[in-house]
Amino acid sequence: MLEPWIFIGLLLGAGMLLPGVAIVANWLLSPKKPNAIKQSTYECGIETVGETNVQLKGAYYIYALIFVVFDIEAVFLFPWAVAYKNMQLYMVLEGVLFILILAAGLIYAWRKGVLEWV
Amino acid sequence: MIDILKDPINWIGDLLSTWLVGLGLLPAFVTFLLQLLSAVILATTLLLLTFILIWAERKIVARIQDRLGPNRVGPFGVFQTVADLLKLVTKELITPEGVDRLPYNIAPLLTVAAVVGLWGVMPLAPTLLGADINVGVLYIISIGAIGTLGILLAGMSSNNKYALLGAFRTVAVMISYAVPMVLALLIPVLLSGSMGMQAIVVGQRGAPYFLLAPVAGIIFFVSSLAEVGRAPFDLLEADSEIVAGYNIEYSGLKFGMFFVAEFLHAFTISALTATLFLGGWSGPWVDLYPILGTLYFLIKTSIVYFVVIWIRGSFPRIRIDQMNALNWKFITPVALAGLIFTAVAEKVAVELELQRVIVHLGSSVLLIVLIIVVLGIYARITRRQAKAPAIAG
Amino acid sequence: MLSLLQIAFLVAAFLTIVSAIMVVTTPSMVHAALWLILALAGAAVFFIILNAGFLAVVQIAVYIDAIAIMIIIVVMLTEGATRQQIRQVSKTWWAAAIAAILLFVGLIAIFLQTPSLIAEAPALVMSQDAILEDLGTALVDVNRYIIPFEIASVLLLAALIGSIMVAWPLVKGDKKEEVEA
Repeated sequence: MLEPWIFIGLLLGAGMLLPGVAIVANWLLSPKKPNAIKQSTYECGIETVGETNVQLKGAYYIYALIFVVFDIEAVFLFPWAVAYKNMQLYMVLEGVLFILILAAGLIYAWRKGVLEWV
Repeated sequence: MIDILKDPINWIGDLLSTWLVGLGLLPAFVTFLLQLLSAVILATTLLLLTFILIWAERKIVARIQDRLGPNRVGPFGVFQTVADLLKLVTKELITPEGVDRLPYNIAPLLTVAAVVGLWGVMPLAPTLLGADINVGVLYIISIGAIGTLGILLAGMSSNNKYALLGAFRTVAVMISYAVPMVLALLIPVLLSGSMGMQAIVVGQRGAPYFLLAPVAGIIFFVSSLAEVGRAPFDLLEADSEIVAGYNIEYSGLKFGMFFVAEFLHAFTISALTATLFLGGWSGPWVDLYPILGTLYFLIKTSIVYFVVIWIRGSFPRIRIDQMNALNWKFITPVALAGLIFTAVAEKVAVELELQRVIVHLGSSVLLIVLIIVVLGIYARITRRQAKAPAIAG
Repeated sequence: MLSLLQIAFLVAAFLTIVSAIMVVTTPSMVHAALWLILALAGAAVFFIILNAGFLAVVQIAVYIDAIAIMIIIVVMLTEGATRQQIRQVSKTWWAAAIAAILLFVGLIAIFLQTPSLIAEAPALVMSQDAILEDLGTALVDVNRYIIPFEIASVLLLAALIGSIMVAWPLVKGDKKEEVEA
């Protein structure tokens, strides 16, 4: 029962270890000559001005929020889709109702104008 | 002898397992060792495959742009990528001051691991599948978005406001395009009745799902292109705009790993489109000779990868606000409508006992006609709005 | 000798507890969000150990991919949040620790007296595929969970509308800035 998951765990581990080995090889083979200019923050060759942490726009939050809502909707719809073959038409229509309610949410966000990336 | 030809990889696996059990180890431990071996071989093969992928891309894009591409290092320039890798390995790893050490170093590993992990559930042949879990499609969604997390870590831990802005923009685009991708992924699950990848490929024996739901296939393909960050959606890490990318402060092979992850991800989504919508390993005689399944899978994936490169060479880049508007105002509503149409059409076809393919093609045609009509109305409204100020003013 | 499953459980539990402690004690908010991601991944491993593969991928897909990224974006949106480094442990931590230990001991005593909680879990009646299909049918069956299913969608709609209303001044403020600038 757990065998496939062990393979996935091993594959993810191998996926992290192999690049790690390559990067360590790079670290061993590379010259190491740090100096202050090389290690300063990159800003097209000019000196850094101001703080290095910036204010974000509200649009990022809105996109993340709509993604959360649609992600949870998809999580509800996956079992519905798996059981599709044994369902009758009215059950399919109930799922369609679920989708339409959330589509109404998307239309609300659209009309409110929060989907613009200014 | 014929057994080796039919199914070489399983034959080698059985041979190794009987030999190891003969040495006196427990069978459970032998299975674990074989799984470890196959995981390492799979990961290494994928990372080495990027050599060919990068070379192919450079040659094909060059031909589209009417030039030759790399042709000096080795016959047809095949070893060009190896030379580039050797150059990258000897570059100094410059770590800027003030970075967060642990996220900064883990980010490239996480991005590569996310892409390699996707191949754990890819069915390569009727008998060759890494992990036959019954929630394969949802697994693809979740592991694919761990790559997004890697990019976020990279941007946040570099002590650089452009890296931060670039990383947040990239993540905003990726999670926006994940919405239609997830909705389009519901359709193969719907049509085959299971979330497992092997079951979806087996369900395409009659007709590939691209015939039954072309709109969903195209939506999945386009939103995956945007997820990967390939052209025409590559505003955030394009060659001429690299200053605003999340990997500014990475040098040497750490940058190389991001690069490898991007190309491998493009190949992986070609493989996913081929598996979920074009039939994966199915083809003639695949029941008798399972190894032919891998050949069909590779052919289909290469065709889709060629289309990916073709799109890169042909379309201009689109701006970030155009990208977001396209997603939320066009692709997501079309994905929702496509899902509703396919769900109703399939049930109608089964209940009224009509030909499945014809009903689905009919519903797709209806959907496309509806899209064109709605776009026409929208265009007319916009045109009227654009003309009205000129008339009034 | 512990079985492999028990070793996996102990490792995952140790990782989750350490990550959870780091979430509440680390002074930087961004680091707290990253430790939270590790704690949620530990919870996903628990679901796998309990043979609930669907819930494990749901945990990763919803919590780590959507909610953790949203938490990080909200942390970055807060003015000056990345600069704050607050000492997270209050002066009377010893009183809180004693209360927590007493509660823990009391709860363990109560649980040990409930026979159903310490019995071995019964074997699953259906196979994994059948369970998933049954979940799907149960969600739309008129006699079972159809009402919670549709109410969940209305709840999600309400959350969406509410959050847009809350974030509306933020988005409007950006637009005004862009127009005036």
